Amino acid sequence: MTAVREVDVLVVGAGPAGLAAAARLAAAGAGRVEVLDREQRAGGVPRHCAHGGFGTWSRPLTGPAYARLLAAGAERAGAVVRTGVTALDWAGPRALHTVGPHGPGTIAARAVVLATGARERPRAARLVPGTRPAGVYTTGELQQAVHLYGQHVGARAVVVGAEDVSYAAADTVRTAGAQVVALVTDLPRAQTAPARALDSRLRHGVPLLTDTTVAELLGHGRLSGVRVRHRDGRTAVLPCDTVVFTGDFVPDHELARRGGLTLDAGTRGPAVDGSLRTSRPGVFAAGSVLHAVESAATAAREGAHVASAVLDTLAGTWWPDGVPLVVDPPLRWIAPNRVVPADSLPYVLRTTAFLSGAVAEVTQDGRPLHRERIGAAVPNRTLRLTARWTSRVDPEGGPVRVGLTGR
Amino acid sequence: MTVTSHGPLPATTYDVTVVGAGVVGSAVARELSRHPGLRVALVEAQDDVGQGTSKANTAILHTGFDAVPGSLEARLVREGARLLAAYAAESGIPVEPVGALLVAWDEDQHAALPGLLEKAEHNQYPDARLLGPAELYAREPALGPGALGALHVPGESIICPWTTTLAYATQAVRAGVDLHLDCRVGAARHEQGVHHLTTSRGTLRTRLLVNAAGLHADTLDRALGHDDFTVTPRRGQLLVFDKPARSLVRHILLPVPTALGKGVLVAPTVYGNVLLGPTAEDLDDKRDTGSTAEGLALLREQGGRILPALLEEEVTAVYAGLRAATEQDDYRITAHPEEGYVTVGGIRSTGLTASLAIASYVTGLLPGLGPTRELEPVRMPNLGETFPRPYQRPELIAADPEYGTLVCHCERVSRGEIRDALAATIPPAGLDGLRRRTRARAGRCQGFFCGAAVRALWEEARS
Ligand SMILES: Cc1cc2nc3c(=O)[nH]c(=O)nc-3n(C[C@H](O)[C@H](O)[C@H](O)COP(=O)(O)OP(=O)(O)OC[C@H]3O[C@@H](n4cnc5c(N)ncnc54)[C@H](O)[C@@H]3O)c2cc1C
Ligand SMILES: Cc1cc2nc3c(=O)[nH]c(=O)nc-3n(C[C@H](O)[C@H](O)[C@H](O)COP(=O)(O)OP(=O)(O)OC[C@H]3O[C@@H](n4cnc5c(N)ncnc54)[C@H](O)[C@@H]3O)c2cc1C
Repeated sequence: MTAVREVDVLVVGAGPAGLAAAARLAAAGAGRVEVLDREQRAGGVPRHCAHGGFGTWSRPLTGPAYARLLAAGAERAGAVVRTGVTALDWAGPRALHTVGPHGPGTIAARAVVLATGARERPRAARLVPGTRPAGVYTTGELQQAVHLYGQHVGARAVVVGAEDVSYAAADTVRTAGAQVVALVTDLPRAQTAPARALDSRLRHGVPLLTDTTVAELLGHGRLSGVRVRHRDGRTAVLPCDTVVFTGDFVPDHELARRGGLTLDAGTRGPAVDGSLRTSRPGVFAAGSVLHAVESAATAAREGAHVASAVLDTLAGTWWPDGVPLVVDPPLRWIAPNRVVPADSLPYVLRTTAFLSGAVAEVTQDGRPLHRERIGAAVPNRTLRLTARWTSRVDPEGGPVRVGLTGR
Repeated sequence: MTVTSHGPLPATTYDVTVVGAGVVGSAVARELSRHPGLRVALVEAQDDVGQGTSKANTAILHTGFDAVPGSLEARLVREGARLLAAYAAESGIPVEPVGALLVAWDEDQHAALPGLLEKAEHNQYPDARLLGPAELYAREPALGPGALGALHVPGESIICPWTTTLAYATQAVRAGVDLHLDCRVGAARHEQGVHHLTTSRGTLRTRLLVNAAGLHADTLDRALGHDDFTVTPRRGQLLVFDKPARSLVRHILLPVPTALGKGVLVAPTVYGNVLLGPTAEDLDDKRDTGSTAEGLALLREQGGRILPALLEEEVTAVYAGLRAATEQDDYRITAHPEEGYVTVGGIRSTGLTASLAIASYVTGLLPGLGPTRELEPVRMPNLGETFPRPYQRPELIAADPEYGTLVCHCERVSRGEIRDALAATIPPAGLDGLRRRTRARAGRCQGFFCGAAVRALWEEARS
């Protein structure tokens, strides 16, 4: 048996969400704040996003620079950031078993923040048939291979997906000196900024195959091509030695699940209210584990937001139950996905259908609570809904529903 | 210790050569290595041991309760199961004796259960018994609705097939067997008591020859002038579900074979996953280990009936293996004493279980092997979840912190284990081989988090 070490707040995951939470908590005098990360370096996914677009308008940064900035910020504020340490499982309601090069450990805390992030679903999980050759990547693996390790990737790559991360993957392929054969999406158009899609097509000459799925991987030993199928039934083989499966994010919810926290059926992350409280008192969650995935800036903002709720809890504030917040098609999910009348954090949502002039409607037990113009709704892109209506929620009432209409 | 993968082969004449380093060939080579006087070669066309059917099966250590009574297969499976269970315990190969339930979903299947019970008794397996629906659902609460009953076969176990093959081959190499990888045997002729095998790496000479070429055993047999059997690859596609699925199932859930065919099984794995499969498709192409949309749809449909909650879990791997089926419903092990040649053919769907018994049967068919000795035991790295993994062993981490430094997070594989595998007697030839030895990259993220880091360790070891 290892001795139990006690801290005030234990944050699992040193990505933007966890680091921002720890910085804010330590600065606010929450006591001993400790952040664990199983990787050798803190920073989470931005560590391997070598491109710009992180940081703030006034201070734009590349992903790695942003990761360093956040880690330094947490440490400067007095949080202890321990890397190379994995939180394995729960040892109590707010205690975790860990392992690292110094051996096993058990850490008990007054509050725990889960900021364990998300991943892309790989080929197997997407049930793409065919052989099992080398040369099959997700963006996460590709970015690390190219930007962290300088590894060789193939010469011709097909990128599966046409959302922001897919275009980032295409950029990484080019950085590695390889050619992007095509982007392939099962949706009728790209889900990125029109300028980005246009740039990819015109400046880089990369065709975008819409309404198209990857039907089969070909090749023994090394990938030799992918068979694609258009919605109309036509198939073709794209010769390539590399394929990158992008997007299709899922929360890394292993700890949440092991702990028996209530998960949201839509996001598959822990269900939380607007203070990012999970179903277990004293356990919070923030970042991509709640909504796979939003921008790093959103994750960091949530980290800062969760800090105040953690401080309230440390000060003895009551842990409310909240009412479930559910979505109707074509919405896929919403986060947070429980609501208490005091909630003020804006919501993020996802749609499965393209809509223009979309309007969100919030109801509870048939009673309209709120209507809000959303604008264009594009699958795999963020939709936002304000929290200006939460005070009208009846905490004793049924689930609050969010619907979306448009053309 | 000799493991080669390029360059010319030794000019000497071997006493015995085994062609094919699958679980069967490796077991035979290990058995031969017990004869200290012999010069033995194990030659394999691919770049690693166990890369054929032996890497892609359902990983069950069968009791042989349902074999054809009186067949050679029935006998070797029965003996092999006992031998392998003991060997696994000694060598650190993970085995879990979870037992099997043959679940009847309709009246035909239900009516077939008593006959299967009788067959088990004919196969000298006395422990099977029939269960009613109440006891069945008590044992398997997550089972889909509508099951009528089951046959419980408590002796069926799950095992790690990769560690098994690797343990045999490792022990054989340490005891003096030469392992030649990337060495495909093409033509062969027998002259003045010596086989001359033309391989992709030059000629190999041997006095005695064992053909354990699996799917290609018939081709090699023909090259030696025999036309005894034809192998038809019968593909089995499988899905592997992520670890949270493991709590849904306690036994191996086997289908009840009826005249209408055989269904699919749901089985836990020693790594803490759940398997669903296999399909059974007769093919022509012995390389066609791809999965198909139809096959996967069929598996999901059948799996959803057996264990509805299973389909909610993430799939961590899809694979297919090819059974070496022949015209006959039994193994095809034939000795040609005048040529010093034994064919080990038709080891279809039980070869992992029977491997040690096949090995001792085959060596018994070879003349003049001389005295035997005890082999130095091997201790294999544990990949099983019910035995302590390195990250769970404080004493190990205290002695070497590399065992506490996790690289593959989904499967909790430490840098120490990867380092050990890369420096082992039979090191992996690629990342897939490393995965079979350590489980690195075998989890739900398939390398999203760790793929590049694992590859870096691999490239570093190779340079
Ligand atoms: C491939 C990819 C590209 C992206 N590109 C961009 C982009 O260009 N711009 C942008 O704004 N956003 C981008 N994003 C989104 C952005 O990365 C996320 O919003 C952000 O990283 C979320 O932060 P997080 O802290 O929630 O999670 P993460 O950054 O994923 O961090 C989670 C951390 O938790 C650790 N962890 C998990 N489990 C455990 C455990 N059990 N024990 C210890 N540690 C654990 C992990 O090691 C990881 O460091 C991208 C995301 C991906 C996947
Ligand atoms: C879907 C499926 C499920 C199964 N489930 C189970 C189970 O649960 N339990 C069980 O006990 N058994 C099971 N089996 C059966 C078991 O996997 C096989 O019986 C066993 O792996 C056969 O081993 P092998 O060594 O004969 O063949 P292989 O593993 O195929 O080995 C033959 C080797 O010979 C090499 N080779 C071929 N030709 C040449 C040549 N010319 N020169 C050099 N080398 C050559 C090949 O490269 C290969 O490595 C299953 C099989 C399948 C397909």
